[in-house]
Amino acid sequence: MRKETWKELTIGTINLDAGNSVKNLTGTWRSGKKPQFIEEHCIQCFFCWLYCPHFAILVEDGEVKGINYDYCTGCGICSVECPTKEKAIVMVEEEAELAEGSGK
Amino acid sequence: MSALKTLNGNQSIAEAVRQIDPDVLAAYPITPSTAIVETIAKFKADGMITGEFVCPESEHSAMSVCIGAASAGGRVMTATASQGLALMWEMLYIAAGLRLPIVAAIVNRSMSAPINIHGDHSDTMGARDSGWIQIYSENCQEAYDNFIQAFRIAEHLDVRTPVLVGLDGFIISHSMEVIQVEDDDEVKKFVGEYMPLYPLLDTSHKMTVGSIDFTDYYFEHKRSQLEGIENSPTVIEAVGKEFGQKFGREYGFFEEYRMDDAELCIVVMSSAAGTCKDAIDELRSEGKKVGLLKPRVFRPFPHKKIAEALKEMKAVAVLDRCSSPGAFGAPLFTEIRSGLYDYAERPRIVNYVYGLGGRDIKVEHFKEVASKLEKIAETGTVEEIYGYINLRE
Ligand code: SF4
Ligand code: SF4
Repeated sequence: MRKETWKELTIGTINLDAGNSVKNLTGTWRSGKKPQFIEEHCIQCFFCWLYCPHFAILVEDGEVKGINYDYCTGCGICSVECPTKEKAIVMVEEEAELAEGSGK
Repeated sequence: MSALKTLNGNQSIAEAVRQIDPDVLAAYPITPSTAIVETIAKFKADGMITGEFVCPESEHSAMSVCIGAASAGGRVMTATASQGLALMWEMLYIAAGLRLPIVAAIVNRSMSAPINIHGDHSDTMGARDSGWIQIYSENCQEAYDNFIQAFRIAEHLDVRTPVLVGLDGFIISHSMEVIQVEDDDEVKKFVGEYMPLYPLLDTSHKMTVGSIDFTDYYFEHKRSQLEGIENSPTVIEAVGKEFGQKFGREYGFFEEYRMDDAELCIVVMSSAAGTCKDAIDELRSEGKKVGLLKPRVFRPFPHKKIAEALKEMKAVAVLDRCSSPGAFGAPLFTEIRSGLYDYAERPRIVNYVYGLGGRDIKVEHFKEVASKLEKIAETGTVEEIYGYINLRE
C-alpha cells in the first residue's frame, strides 16, 4: 500500500478515514495460541465479547458463534473470563490446530 | 467606544478576553497570572461573557480542557505562569501537534527551585520547542494588543498553531498603566468569526483525532506540523500591519529604537526594553551611538530580519532573562549569534543574563552594558562572551 507523503496528510493528524483499523489484521501476529470455541459449553453470557480487546468474538443473530481469527491475537482473555465450569473457550496450540486442519 | 483605561497587565489581558469572548476559557490560577483567571470568572458571574468558564483541578487539566474544547470546534484560551506552564508541558506538545489554535496568556515567572514568584523568562523559554508561536510584550498596552492579534495569527488557515503571549510577572502583570482599550465591536470585528477546521461536534463527518502513529507515519506528521509555524511569519506581519491601520499601533517581529546610525546595539525583550529605552536616550544625549533591538516574536524566530538589522553593528549585547544550563549561551543569544553566522562581516557579540527571579535591571545597568560594548568595539576583541548583570559576584 502506498503511504502518503507529509504534504498529503490532513492537518493536525486528523484521520478522515475513521474506522480504518478494520484493515489492520491483528490476527497476523497471533501469539502462537488460539482460542477454540466449544458451542455446547456456552451459556451466552457475552463475557468474552465484552472483554476481547480486538472485537474478535463472532456474534450472529444475537449469539456468540466463535472467533474471528483475522483479528484474534491469541491473548487468552476470553478463555480466562469465560465463566462456565467446563470452559466454552479453550486455548490451543496454533500449530497443532493447523496440523489437524480445523479452524482458520 | 475606544477609551483610555487604567489597567494592570492581568486586567489588560482580561479586558481583551471580555471583548473577544472565546467559547471556552479553561484555567487554573497561579501567581502572578491569578488575576486574569479571577477577572474572567467575575465577568462570567456578572454575565458579561457567554463563553464556558472551566476551572479544573490543575494546569495539566486546564490545557487538556483547552485541547478537548478546541478539537470540538471552539475558540479557546487559557492563562498561566511558571510551574503552571510546566505542568501543562505534555499537553503543550499535543495542542501544537493537533494544530489547535489555542491562545494562552503566560505571565512570565521564574522556575523553582528555589521557589520564587517573580518575573523571568525561564518558563516560556523552556517551552520554546513545544511548537507554540511565542510573542512577548513590553507593557500592558502591548500585552492587550498582542493578545488580540494572537487569535488572528493562531486561527489563520495557513497557520492553525497555538500562540502564547508573554508578559513579565509583576513588572507588567501587576503594574498599572493607562492603556487604549479599543471599542468592543471593533475588537470583535478585528478578530472575526472563528471557523473550526474539523470540529468533532460535526457528527455528520466521521473522523479520528489523536490516534497513534507508528514508525511509518510519525515523521511525516511531525514534518507537516512544521508548516503552520513556517507559514506564520507572513500572517504575523499582515496581522500586525492591519492592527496598525485599524487601531494606530503597528507591530512587526521586533522594534528598533534609535538604531538608524547606531554602531552598538543592546538586544532585550519584554519589560526591560522599556528601561533600556531610557538608558539609550541618556547615552544618545552623551553622543554615544547606541540603539536597542527589542524582539517581539521569539517563535518563529526572525533570524534573517534580525541578522540584517544587526550585521553592520560593531558590537552587540544580547540580554536574556533566563539561563540555558550547559548550552552555548542563553536562548535569545544562541538564536541571534547563529543567525549572524552566514555573514562574512558580522559584529562582535556577547551574552548577559539578567533579572532572574525578578531581579531589577536599571538604567545604570544598561549603561554599564553600553560601556562594555564600547570597549569591545574599540579593541575588536571579546574577553568574556558570557556575563551576568546585577549579580553579587
Ligand atoms: S484470544 Fe484475545 S483476541 Fe482472541 S478472541 Fe480471545 S480475547 Fe479476543
Ligand atoms: S464467555 Fe464463555 S460462556 Fe460466555 S459467551 Fe463467551 S464463550 Fe460463551
